[in-house]
Amino acid sequence: MIISITLVGLLLMVRLFMIQVVDKSYRLSAENNVLRYVTSYPARGLMYDRNGELLVYNQAVYDLMVIPGQVGEMDTLAFCNILKITPESFRSRIKEASRYSDFAPSVFLKMVSSETYAVLQESLYRYPGFYVQSRTLRKYSDQMAAHVFGYVSEVNDKNIQNDSYYKMGDYIGKSGLEEYYEKDLRGSKGASIFLVDVHNRIKGSYMDGRYDTVSVPGSDITITLDSELQRYGEKLLKNKNGSVVAIEPSTGEILAMVTSPAYDPGLLVGRPRSSNFLSLQNDTLKPLFNRAIMALYPPGSTFKPLNGLIALQEGVITPATDFFCNHGYYAPGVHVACHHFGSFDLAHAVAASCNAYFCNVFRKIIENPNHSSVAEAYVSWRSYLSAFGLGSKLRIDMASELPGFVPEPGYYDRYYGEGRWKALTILSLSIGQGELGTTPLQMANMTAAIANRGHYYTPHLIKAIDGDSTHIDARFSERHETGIDSAHFEVTIDGMKGVLGGMEGATAGWVAIRGIEMAGKTGTAENPHGPDHSIFVAFAPADNPRIAIAVYVENSGFGSTYAAPAASLMIEKYLTGEISNRWLEDYILKEPVAVTRAQEEEPEEEERATTISSETIGPVREERIIEEDMNLPGYEEKD
Amino acid sequence: MKRRINLWSSLDWFTILIFLGMIFFGWINIYAAVYNEEASGIFDISQRYGKQFLWIVAAIILAFFVIITDSRFYIFFSYIIYVLVIASLLLVLLVGKEVNGARSWFAIGAFSLQPSEFAKFATALALAKYLSGQASDLTSFRSLALSAAIIFAPAALILFQPDMGSMIVFFSLVLVLYREGLSPWLFITGILAAILFIATLLAEHNHNVMIAIILIAAVVHLIAERDPLLTLKGIASAGGIILIIWLVSGAVLPEIEPAVIIMAGMVISSVAWAYYIFRHKARNLLILMTFLAGSLMFIFIVDFAFNNILKPHQQTRISDVLGAESDPYGTGYSLNQSIISIGSGGFSGKGFLNGTQTRFKFVPEQSTDFIFCTVGEEWGFLGSSFVIILFMVLLYRLIVLAERQRSSFTRIYGYGVVSILLFHFLINIGMTIGLVPVIGIPLPFFSYGGSSLWGFTLLLFIFLRLDASRNEYLV
Repeated sequence: MIISITLVGLLLMVRLFMIQVVDKSYRLSAENNVLRYVTSYPARGLMYDRNGELLVYNQAVYDLMVIPGQVGEMDTLAFCNILKITPESFRSRIKEASRYSDFAPSVFLKMVSSETYAVLQESLYRYPGFYVQSRTLRKYSDQMAAHVFGYVSEVNDKNIQNDSYYKMGDYIGKSGLEEYYEKDLRGSKGASIFLVDVHNRIKGSYMDGRYDTVSVPGSDITITLDSELQRYGEKLLKNKNGSVVAIEPSTGEILAMVTSPAYDPGLLVGRPRSSNFLSLQNDTLKPLFNRAIMALYPPGSTFKPLNGLIALQEGVITPATDFFCNHGYYAPGVHVACHHFGSFDLAHAVAASCNAYFCNVFRKIIENPNHSSVAEAYVSWRSYLSAFGLGSKLRIDMASELPGFVPEPGYYDRYYGEGRWKALTILSLSIGQGELGTTPLQMANMTAAIANRGHYYTPHLIKAIDGDSTHIDARFSERHETGIDSAHFEVTIDGMKGVLGGMEGATAGWVAIRGIEMAGKTGTAENPHGPDHSIFVAFAPADNPRIAIAVYVENSGFGSTYAAPAASLMIEKYLTGEISNRWLEDYILKEPVAVTRAQEEEPEEEERATTISSETIGPVREERIIEEDMNLPGYEEKD
Repeated sequence: MKRRINLWSSLDWFTILIFLGMIFFGWINIYAAVYNEEASGIFDISQRYGKQFLWIVAAIILAFFVIITDSRFYIFFSYIIYVLVIASLLLVLLVGKEVNGARSWFAIGAFSLQPSEFAKFATALALAKYLSGQASDLTSFRSLALSAAIIFAPAALILFQPDMGSMIVFFSLVLVLYREGLSPWLFITGILAAILFIATLLAEHNHNVMIAIILIAAVVHLIAERDPLLTLKGIASAGGIILIIWLVSGAVLPEIEPAVIIMAGMVISSVAWAYYIFRHKARNLLILMTFLAGSLMFIFIVDFAFNNILKPHQQTRISDVLGAESDPYGTGYSLNQSIISIGSGGFSGKGFLNGTQTRFKFVPEQSTDFIFCTVGEEWGFLGSSFVIILFMVLLYRLIVLAERQRSSFTRIYGYGVVSILLFHFLINIGMTIGLVPVIGIPLPFFSYGGSSLWGFTLLLFIFLRLDASRNEYLV
């Protein structure tokens, strides 16, 4: 008996020694047990346009929380009526919450609107166990620039894994500026530490709040968009597929970034977000696809000024060099058609968009005897393109930007065999067709570089963070040289001015604006899937450029038919704030784009760069747009 | 034959001092467990600590009356007291107030009384009375059966309440029988049966319990016989047969339970063992194998009875009381929180009223069954050890007192007291630190509750009163 008492006593004491003295983990468990961290969510930073107009702000919403163990007798039906839910849904929600914990709070109903909250608040005392936690949701002052702003949604497991800041149920910017400037916009969460009992009832503040932190609201950002111009651009592209990117050449600031079809950014906010997202994602028009930075088109004739500049810089032509055009360019096995007949110098060839001229120019570049081989000459040509920002990401402040495509020599080596391709083989590059793929943003940037006579600044959307413009990324104020002497630009720009009139064969003279000297270039991107895409790049005023713009209207034919008038209107809108040519505006807004090639009766004739025999010219690269880009980064969504 | 004695100087004041120390320390721990800042002082009778103070005062008065009563009263009236308690246990099943699914309480106005707490001292008295009588002889079946009846009659009634914790306490009185000459085989059988019973009901898979039993038997054999080869042969043969049956039945009857396979394997292999035992006249092995076979049968029957004879709500109740599935916040919640409380106390504790676990009520039943959590958290290893040593000293002292009796009645009763207290001590503290399953019984003199405090006070002070008269009567 004595032995058993001793054994029992020793046994108990040894076990106590183990858990009390040896094992320290229980102390931690006890602390976790009793401390409750209550998060206070900061308001997300606001977004202003370049003129200080508020674009994106916050609205308060309320998450209705429930602690199932504290839910008492209540008028369930009245409660359901306030929340507009069914009693079945009420029961399943309670069950769901109860399965998580009877004593810890769960979200009963997410994002109750402030209207519902107002009604609920008055009677909340009748519903024990329920309380409301406030949050903020995005609200937009206008239905525009959805792709630029991007959207905010709940974090997924990957986000939580990558950044310990995020906890389940937090929100994070998932695309656009919301994503790129997430760290600035989000602010920082605060935490109040409370002592709680086992029923999760708060019993007081821990250490009198000594370790509490207050939430810090997110930084407001000013973006480079001009909301008037953006709004106008979206209006012009309404009911069309296409894109507009406008850049201030002297800074690289993006004045407008339009993609169409777009969507109302307010759709991706709050409770209907998931279902709206799904229907946007399934929409065959692909409204979520940001054409401005993700769609690749061949630049078409808008590319010609660049070839001219390269040729001048390489010294293979002079501004006075003439080439004869006999309704096209003829070489053994190759015929590139053209509308023109006669001799052209560079400026006039640009203005009239003569195919034959640029075929000759391109041959001169690629067959330049200063280079030891075609491939070497090609590499040199390609490096000019890179200097203009083509073929790689410009690294603007949006994550989903695509690099575009300018083939490496190896691409042709693989296709034709090394040393078995020459200028004529890749002749379609001379007129911006073939394997080239560029985004509207890249073309706008190229135009800005021409407008600047040889340099550009990385296009960007950020202007200031919390009103301070000195802390934005230094790469946005870095000047990129194109490597082409500024002297060479004048003759090219003269040709681009001529596009708007004043030169024979001007392709877009009808869109000129009185009092504004514009320089531009029309283009038509071949589209194997349907009607060609209309492209226009331009800048103005030609001698002191304040805006450089690239306009794409898909499936609408020649560059001058839709893109040129739209670009012209945009430029006038930006420079003068009003529209003088109402007829032109009505034309854009009302003319349907259900167009095929029945464009022959358009006011101006346009070049056609088509009859390139594919056997000799090689593979006309299929346009890589939309569908195949759908699975690229920035486009995925996990909900 | 009666000698005059000075009652007060004959009392064992050392034990009384420990008793007072325990109830005082228990009381301040109840204060800490229930403490909240809004309520007034420790005597506020709207709170449990205030009420406990009243129970303590009443217990001391009760103790006083126990002491001034003639010691022969307890001897002569022991059966009457026992019968009264049995009657009250019957009555409580009829008119008792149901609390947490158990009909264990008489509600008398605002107060409740738990008759099972009083059944403990009454049963100890009755057992002492019977065993000290001339008629009893624990080697005879009749005496054994009567003793068992005395012990298990109240236990059976309590089982109907059902209150498994209080019921199991009565098993501790088997220790008294052992002290008074019960065959050690029977004693071991009884203990084994109790352990197997609880293990079977608590274990998730009974074949695990069976395998454990077989392995224990093998270890026992190895230690006793020192013949590793034979042990290995036994294990190998049994294991081989079980494996074969498992493989065969897997093809034929995939639904069959592992427990059945093990049983079948053991039955078949026992033929071989029986032959070996017969050939070698291996008596020890026979005993071992008998125990093993009995244990396995017992597990099988208990499991079968539990799952097939009892109705679902009865099963739930038994599992509930055993603590198998009783946790209101999920499996193991109270045990886990209890260990966290005690473990977080560290070496010297968090200090009086500073236990976060205690103050914020993480442990259910903290002023009653889990009062030791408060001790562990606020007083640390030092305080917990102090309580354990206090209990050990009390129990040693009681054994010393029991052994100095000339009256066999007092001695047997003394051992009854020791058995009951030891059992409570082991089970209660053991469950709070995860050594034994959670079985809801109070820690004597510490836990909140009038009935248990009074029950233990009666238990202890009747013995002290009998002890004070050790030289008074020569019974």
